[in-house]
Amino acid sequence: MSPVLADVLQVTALVVALVLAHRPLGDYMAAVYTSPRHLRAERWIYRAIGADPDAEMRWTAYLRGVLAFSFAGVLLLYAMTRLQDLLPLSLGFAPIPPDQAFNTAVSFVTNTNWQSYSGEAAMGHLVQAGGLAVQNFVSAAVGMAVAVAFVRGFVRFRTGGIGNFWADLVRGTVRILLPLSLVFAVVLVALGVIQNFSDGQTVQTVTGATQHLPGGPVASQEVIKELGTNGGGFYNANSAHPFENPDGISNLLEIFLLMLIPSALPRTFGRMVGSLRQGHAIVGAMAVIWLAGVVAVTVVEHQAPGAASQLAGGGMEGKEQRFGVGASSLFAVSTTMTSTGAVNAFHDSFQGLSGGVLIFGMVLGEVAPGGVGSGLYGMLIMAVIAVFLAGLMVGRTPEYLGKKIGTREIKLAASAILVTPALVLIGTGLAMALPDGERAMTNIGPHGFSEVLYAYASAANNNGSAFAGLGANTEFFNTSLGIAMLLGRFLPMVLVLALAGSLAEQRRVPETAGTLHTHKPLFTGLLVASTVVVAGLTFFPALSLGPLAEGLAA
Amino acid sequence: MSPSVRHAPRVLWAGLRALLVLTLVTGVLYPLAVTGVAQAFFPGRADGSVVRADGRAVGSELIGQTWNGPDGEPDPHWFQPRPSNSGYDTGATGSGQLAAGDPTLVETVRQAREDVAAFNGVPVEDVPADAVTGSASAIDPHISPAYADLQVARVAARNGLPPAAVQDLVDARTEGRDLGILGGERVNVLLLNLDLRALAAG
Repeated sequence: MSPVLADVLQVTALVVALVLAHRPLGDYMAAVYTSPRHLRAERWIYRAIGADPDAEMRWTAYLRGVLAFSFAGVLLLYAMTRLQDLLPLSLGFAPIPPDQAFNTAVSFVTNTNWQSYSGEAAMGHLVQAGGLAVQNFVSAAVGMAVAVAFVRGFVRFRTGGIGNFWADLVRGTVRILLPLSLVFAVVLVALGVIQNFSDGQTVQTVTGATQHLPGGPVASQEVIKELGTNGGGFYNANSAHPFENPDGISNLLEIFLLMLIPSALPRTFGRMVGSLRQGHAIVGAMAVIWLAGVVAVTVVEHQAPGAASQLAGGGMEGKEQRFGVGASSLFAVSTTMTSTGAVNAFHDSFQGLSGGVLIFGMVLGEVAPGGVGSGLYGMLIMAVIAVFLAGLMVGRTPEYLGKKIGTREIKLAASAILVTPALVLIGTGLAMALPDGERAMTNIGPHGFSEVLYAYASAANNNGSAFAGLGANTEFFNTSLGIAMLLGRFLPMVLVLALAGSLAEQRRVPETAGTLHTHKPLFTGLLVASTVVVAGLTFFPALSLGPLAEGLAA
Repeated sequence: MSPSVRHAPRVLWAGLRALLVLTLVTGVLYPLAVTGVAQAFFPGRADGSVVRADGRAVGSELIGQTWNGPDGEPDPHWFQPRPSNSGYDTGATGSGQLAAGDPTLVETVRQAREDVAAFNGVPVEDVPADAVTGSASAIDPHISPAYADLQVARVAARNGLPPAAVQDLVDARTEGRDLGILGGERVNVLLLNLDLRALAAG
């Protein structure tokens, strides 16, 4: 079979699997978040928390829950990494220094999983499984909770309540993330991903060399790393490490898992607002952008115009033989457009233009399909913007899903889409103005700049992947990227929840002949255009200094 | 005092308790459950797909390793793996991170092409991409079928074996894409070299 045909079929297999899962999972998640019933295990958890899961929260109370829970997460993870030498299963690793511990704690709590440490050389099993992987679950559940609360803002009328944060958090974890993780972790083990609590074994090879085969609870962490769009690898090589991702099947499964919830949540949204076609319009826009990225990167990687790739006869630098060009390209686009940030090949060595597409995928705001929860609320914010733009064109007050998009709503939505561009551009500018930026670069020329731009795009949009040549374990990068991750995660959440509260209080605007139909392909096109144009205009100058300059020179 | 300030300690306490409970569930019970099932049903996989020869562990089917002589240079008796950024050290996985057009990388690739061509006695044009590029993990267990085929004549000559017999070993270890469409075609170097050793031992 020709490589091109194999690549096409590989992408097709992924899309078919996602389409098959879309309806049952989307409906199931809608049922989870709207059911009045509590499982017995959940009641036990609510008692332990001391929370009443049936109490409706105003958006301010909901936000307090999000922030308090996340703050506790940062504190606990910081303490665990700082004190890891005192913990069991530390494998003899030293405590993580303060700036790196701050960066790591923030990184995992914000669902970013930027890693300035190397897993196999820094983190013991207890910190990985009992600290980092826990945040892989709960940061994902927080994202889904905020998305669902936002949807309730559209669904509800004349009320202050947008749901109960503790109930949403616990249900997302217990009913969605845990069962899926349990099943697919075992599948990954069957394919070769390791799962033990040993410190591995040292073997003597046939030629007399010694090699250490690492141990660890990898499969249990690998699965939630993808499913929760987290991306933090157990090992430095992330999903390129054969113990995390042993073959082509595990590779496609991992891509499937990282796309699964973000691509099914629009169905949940459609179900909750009582019009499945509204969900189709959203997922359609996500799919168009994602597929365009997959095609672009796959084509460029196969052509491999970079000078070293041309000489070598292919762009295999930083790629694994068992994945090859196609599966590496598919993974790269899927991981950057879902805010996952796991990698099965190193993006720093991708072709210049491919790197540009990957950065562009992140600075779209992680909406195609984006992170778990954050992708849906990000795309719905863009939908509000798109509706507003359409309203401007015809000169009438815009409305979306029976809610008026007035001054307050558009201020909140516009602020939300400005947060991450501001963080990316200010952060990149700061790093380039100070000696810290250049000092950390592995690469020269425009690509060195791209390493810095990639870092802030990744941090502010909570992706977590890197042009990993950037030596980011410095006080400057640990601190500034940590701040970018914090603000990039929680400022949009504040604005989204405020918007949810504002929408929920409205009365229904009756549909008229002038109402824009937001469930039609025309709106999907408008949504794609708004998303691409907003990010394109914002980032064109920065992208032309880095990846475009590099790619066009090749 | 505003309500949000008054509520702060209570909410923080609830947040911490929620975190501890969910840590127990997802950070203790969950990994232990997965480990239990994994060790019960797939113990070999869960412990790293260890390959044994002469009654002892010699590596993992999934982890690449060096095939050097006592001098630390590639041993021509063996099939050689891809270049590695860490010399196949599992304690330092990851790649060299140079851009696809980087001048240093161009020079590295140029040198590698000459070295591989000379080592195998073939023209540089025949050297495939995976033979001169560093993998992502630095512990890639595979090479392309093209790179394996290219090494057959040299390996056969050095071990005093008929080339056809060595080619048969390569063909038997050549894996297509998984399920016909997923990932890349490949040859596992460790398993191939163990087959070679068995053949050479007669």
